[in-house]
Amino acid sequence: MSDYLDEIEGKTEGGTPGDTAIANYTINFGPQHPAAHGVLRLVMELDGEIVERLDPHVGLLHRGTEKLIEYKTYLQALPYFDRLDYCSPMCMEHSYVLAIEKLLGLEVPARAQWLRVFFAELTRISNHMLNLGSHVMDVGAMTPNLWLFEIREDCMNFYERASGARMHAAYFRPGGVHQDVPLKLLTDIADWLDNRMPRLFEDAISLVAENRIFKQRNVDIALVSREDALRWGFSGPMIRGSGIPWDIRKAQPYDKYAEVDFDVPVGTRGDCYDRFMVRVEEVRQSARIMKQCLQKMPEGPIASLDRKVVPPKRGEMKHSMEALIHHFKLYTEGFHVPEGEVYVATESPKGEFGVYLVSDGTNKPYRCKIRPTAFSHLQAMDFMSKGHMLADTTAILGALDIVFGECDR
Amino acid sequence: MSSPAPVYAADPGDDAYATLLALPGVVRHPGLETAFDVPRDQLLAAMGLLRDAEYQQLMEIAGVDYPSRPERFEVVYCLLSLTKNHRMRLHVSAAEDTPVPSVTGIWPVAGWLEREVYDMYGVLFEGNTDLRRILTDYGFQGHPQRKDFPLSGYVELRYSEEAKRVVYQPVSLAQDFRNFDFMSPWEGADYILPGDEKAQPSPPAPPATPPTATPKTSEDTKDTGAGKPGPEAGPKPANPDVAPGKGQNQ
Repeated sequence: MSDYLDEIEGKTEGGTPGDTAIANYTINFGPQHPAAHGVLRLVMELDGEIVERLDPHVGLLHRGTEKLIEYKTYLQALPYFDRLDYCSPMCMEHSYVLAIEKLLGLEVPARAQWLRVFFAELTRISNHMLNLGSHVMDVGAMTPNLWLFEIREDCMNFYERASGARMHAAYFRPGGVHQDVPLKLLTDIADWLDNRMPRLFEDAISLVAENRIFKQRNVDIALVSREDALRWGFSGPMIRGSGIPWDIRKAQPYDKYAEVDFDVPVGTRGDCYDRFMVRVEEVRQSARIMKQCLQKMPEGPIASLDRKVVPPKRGEMKHSMEALIHHFKLYTEGFHVPEGEVYVATESPKGEFGVYLVSDGTNKPYRCKIRPTAFSHLQAMDFMSKGHMLADTTAILGALDIVFGECDR
Repeated sequence: MSSPAPVYAADPGDDAYATLLALPGVVRHPGLETAFDVPRDQLLAAMGLLRDAEYQQLMEIAGVDYPSRPERFEVVYCLLSLTKNHRMRLHVSAAEDTPVPSVTGIWPVAGWLEREVYDMYGVLFEGNTDLRRILTDYGFQGHPQRKDFPLSGYVELRYSEEAKRVVYQPVSLAQDFRNFDFMSPWEGADYILPGDEKAQPSPPAPPATPPTATPKTSEDTKDTGAGKPGPEAGPKPANPDVAPGKGQNQ
């Protein structure tokens, strides 16, 4: 024992610590690890505590979603999208319904478009609450996460009141949304946006944003230059964190995003701290967009009145034979989508979420390729973590904002 | 007003397009969005050209399987220009034994995207140094997104109490997969419903029906089934309400 104490105190003739050469060794991070945000296996080659090479193994949550979609009608395939990124379900549906509407050339009423923008932004807040909270917890802070989960719980209650489900909403439908929201829900959300949400959020963020330990763990970790962000296909907060003001909501507006006013935050250094702060500011901007939605949302139908795509109301079916026939046809055969191919991408909370939809004119998609945001971000993790400490990989992973339901599909 | 899909800039229609279309074999792909069909050997030239023409990002590589084509696979590259605010696609066809040149030299992000297409379809990418499977299990066999790969797969995984580990075994389904046929017989279904043969312009000579003893003249209670059938009733016709062969398990 005394030999050992002498050795670690450097009293033996071996000299100072660090003189002995250590061969590189490989460790497995995951597949079950609380900081892996799901089932991710990282094969890391370490030189002491420094990451030399990192090989992410994904696919442990592969459920064959794209294959299943090919065997479902367009409407039956919609709930699969909730289960992709289960932290921001409605934003996943958004790309898919927009792709179908583009193929159909279907007009969507204004109220439906405003409702979609409204709930997409609520989803963004909900998603960022989870990511910001788990990011700060990955680097050691506990309290903010608990406060942010309060907000997330509120979001889920709003989800439930709008769609009936807390997570897997299936609320966005081709042609609009599933059902109208009660006025009380909108006023409650407005009240929440004014009082409860900012109070909890700003309190939680004030604990970490200027915190010395948090900055030590995040500033200058995993620097990504603008060129690298472009070459590695970054999008969303990752590309904005690297200083490129690219936001699909702004550049390629869909639904009513062209009519709302919001700012696109960008980072200056491209490190984990910038990505964190970009998300923090996005939450504030989302709240701003939601308030504008509440001001501008008109009364009117919440889904297209094209009865060949959107089923009729239940009450209408009680006295109209035609409505009954439409309902029966839409829930058995579904609607047929004209032949064609589209790639539609929206700004999900995590980045560009795209759907490449190939239709052969039948009632089922011929091919539905889902472009996950996490794929390109996770691929870049090798060069982002090279030369950093093992403990930094959790900060890097937290700032990537990865959910494996979406990455593995 | 049209569909609320993302609106990006119209076709720039600048020199890059003319140069792209001047490459041998490059033609416009019909459809709603800007897309080009590119021969395999021109892919790297076209990609380099577009990268220099401000298409900075490769967002997606999608594989599609068309089993009826001579080269059954199509690899679709989705490009994004941040400065022009424009998207375009390049379509390349491939067969199982004709590798597509890898674009990892132009965009490193293509590495995993090509791995996924290889995993799902078995398309080979020449020049990708790390063409391993990515989404399926270690040691998986087959390419699941091919149209001839069954939805249920061939093997399933379970924990074996004897071996004390998970083992693969052939798939056994408690209930058959039900693939409903929604094709309407009035909209070009390729099967024949009973009675359709009567609509043929020149039907083959119908088999001679055995002449009944008493020609039927009108419907009285004896013919409609009220009471006992007469002893000289003709052969019972097949039930006309049953449509044999329409779908299965319906």
